[in-house]
Amino acid sequence: MKYLNEYRDFEATKRYLEQIDKLVSKRWNIMEICGGQTHGLVKNGILDLLPDKVRMIHGPGCPVCVTPVNLIDKAIHLLEKGVIVCSFGDMVRVPGSSKSLLEAKAEGGDLRILYSPLEAVNIAKKNPEKEVVFFAVGFETTAPANALSVLHAERIGLKNYSVLVSHVLVPPAMTSILDDEFCTIDAFLGAGHVCAIMGFQEYHQLSVTYKTPIVITGFEPLDLVEGIYLAVHQLENGVYKVENQYARAVSEKGNLAAKAIISRVFEIGDREWRGIGIIPKSGYRLTEAYQNYDAELRFSMQQTTPLEPTDCIAGEILRGLKKPHECQQFGTSCHPGNPLGAPMVSSEGACAAYYHFSNSIIK
Amino acid sequence: MDKTRFGYEIINLGHGSGGVMTRELLDRIIFKIFDNPFIQEKHDGSIVTVDGEMAVSTDSFVISPIFFRGGNIGELAVNGTVNDVAMCGAIPKFLSLAFIVEEGMKIDDFVAIVKSVKAAADKSGVQVITGDTKVVERGKGDKIFINTTGFGKVHSKARISVRQIKPGDKIIINGNLAQHGMAIMSEREGLEFESTIESDTTNLNFIVEKLLDEFGHHIKIFRDPTRGGLAGVLAEIASDTASGVVIYEEKLPIEKQVLAACEILGLDPLYVANEGVFMTVVDAEVADEVVSLLKRDHKGRNAVCIGEFSADHPQKVVVYNPLGGKRMVTPMIGEQLPRIC
Repeated sequence: MKYLNEYRDFEATKRYLEQIDKLVSKRWNIMEICGGQTHGLVKNGILDLLPDKVRMIHGPGCPVCVTPVNLIDKAIHLLEKGVIVCSFGDMVRVPGSSKSLLEAKAEGGDLRILYSPLEAVNIAKKNPEKEVVFFAVGFETTAPANALSVLHAERIGLKNYSVLVSHVLVPPAMTSILDDEFCTIDAFLGAGHVCAIMGFQEYHQLSVTYKTPIVITGFEPLDLVEGIYLAVHQLENGVYKVENQYARAVSEKGNLAAKAIISRVFEIGDREWRGIGIIPKSGYRLTEAYQNYDAELRFSMQQTTPLEPTDCIAGEILRGLKKPHECQQFGTSCHPGNPLGAPMVSSEGACAAYYHFSNSIIK
Repeated sequence: MDKTRFGYEIINLGHGSGGVMTRELLDRIIFKIFDNPFIQEKHDGSIVTVDGEMAVSTDSFVISPIFFRGGNIGELAVNGTVNDVAMCGAIPKFLSLAFIVEEGMKIDDFVAIVKSVKAAADKSGVQVITGDTKVVERGKGDKIFINTTGFGKVHSKARISVRQIKPGDKIIINGNLAQHGMAIMSEREGLEFESTIESDTTNLNFIVEKLLDEFGHHIKIFRDPTRGGLAGVLAEIASDTASGVVIYEEKLPIEKQVLAACEILGLDPLYVANEGVFMTVVDAEVADEVVSLLKRDHKGRNAVCIGEFSADHPQKVVVYNPLGGKRMVTPMIGEQLPRIC
């Protein structure tokens, strides 16, 4: 597989690890933003191979983890009303206030697990007598396809398709993390796939304001250690700037066509992040022109009072304040078969990644 | 089968009523295709003679789609159970066969599946000796479900038991992983993607018999990692022994196209279902010979030793990569779900 195999070159990866070891003189905390990167670090055992002085902190970039309970409850409510609800796979097991989407399906709800929101538009077309809602979850990465599904529905004149939007944005989350009084983060690995869509122009200001290196990084072992190397190199030399390790997929301006589609359908608004709270201007909502496709408005749903398990520390995990195995419930009352919080569900969630792969529980 | 020969184009509830229509279905399709003395007795069951120890295994097949690249549900229902009997260290001899058909299934499809059952049974050297056909209302099934139970004579040299496993024993698999699961996935409604991945469903009984003839008690267990994939089987075995399992990632045989499909769908090949694949645990001293015997057989041409049992980390499965990194393998929780991005 071109552009993948080269970045699974373990010899080159080893050389970078040696370089990092030679370079590092102080203790540095580096946050990888994206859950896909957390998954890559843990699955390849890289965390154990880094020098002790380089500590990786796992960021909030797991779309499933930060989707608020309220929206899951709303999706379940729609299922129970007889609406066909379409969702990405790893969303369906995340616990809502009383149950998950998968449990609502077992109770008779018509839940469809899809790879593409365009498939949901096809389902709406084939079922004109039913309402079809796509649960539009994710960061900037999934926004173009979700926006496209709305445009597609408009083009073919569908009246029974809408989206339940829970889109969040990376830069406001980074700002929020950096503003936290307990923040110890020295540098970021930027989320490669988010930047493939959005580019990285807006990260320059962030890097300068907070004097923090940001390295846009990919997901394969060589990507990850090269990204860490570049971050450590900046830190050791006392510089801070945006660097692009993932140049094979990311350009400064991003994917202009995708961005144009996003801005046609979505506008920026405040968003609630599960475990973190409301972050101003941190997500997308449908623009006025496309409000007909907003499931929340179409079904005039009330805000529920979500019930979060009190002993789940997902918020601290997502802000990088604690590691999964530092939670008392980890691997005991909370495990993938009985997740207390979302990070134990998705494979991109830090808790699930630690549970499935980590050597910390081999010992 | 054309309408004039059978009189119907689709299966209806009458075909499962036990009356004349059922008899017609049996006479014109089932008994005709499985023309053996046991079936021709047309009794409630069959009487067979067995000497010595017998292995019995049962399995139900509910796969969708029922026809897929590389096979169909009928062939799968034979190979799956034949292989389960073989994994017990036995030589499969007889098979029971029960259909639950959904009203509205095309007779042509039903006949094609029954013919596949017969062909697969012949290939494996087993005889279908008893069976049943039920029809359920439309919407209460998914075209066709099949249950088969296999009976086999335990090989005289077989000493199959996880209790025999000790640190140092080698883990060998006969072929490429994840092929069947990804073939099915690529044809599943809503997920169709272009590929030429074919299911590798096949019978493994003869190759297993050869191994037992040659290596007897040096073989500790056989397992076919179907649902839950290799990860599921390894985690299960590790938890049943006092040893740990060490797997070397670079040894895992996965065909390029299959790996690419797994990447696209965000699935881990270790958890994807297999069909024509089995795993065996053997004494270290015979491991090389086992691999070379397997390699001489078409069904074992990609055989490789993928790891070993170890006294370290008891009951845990750990995968090492060439970087020196390691990760644990835990059994799957529910179905493997594709990730968002």
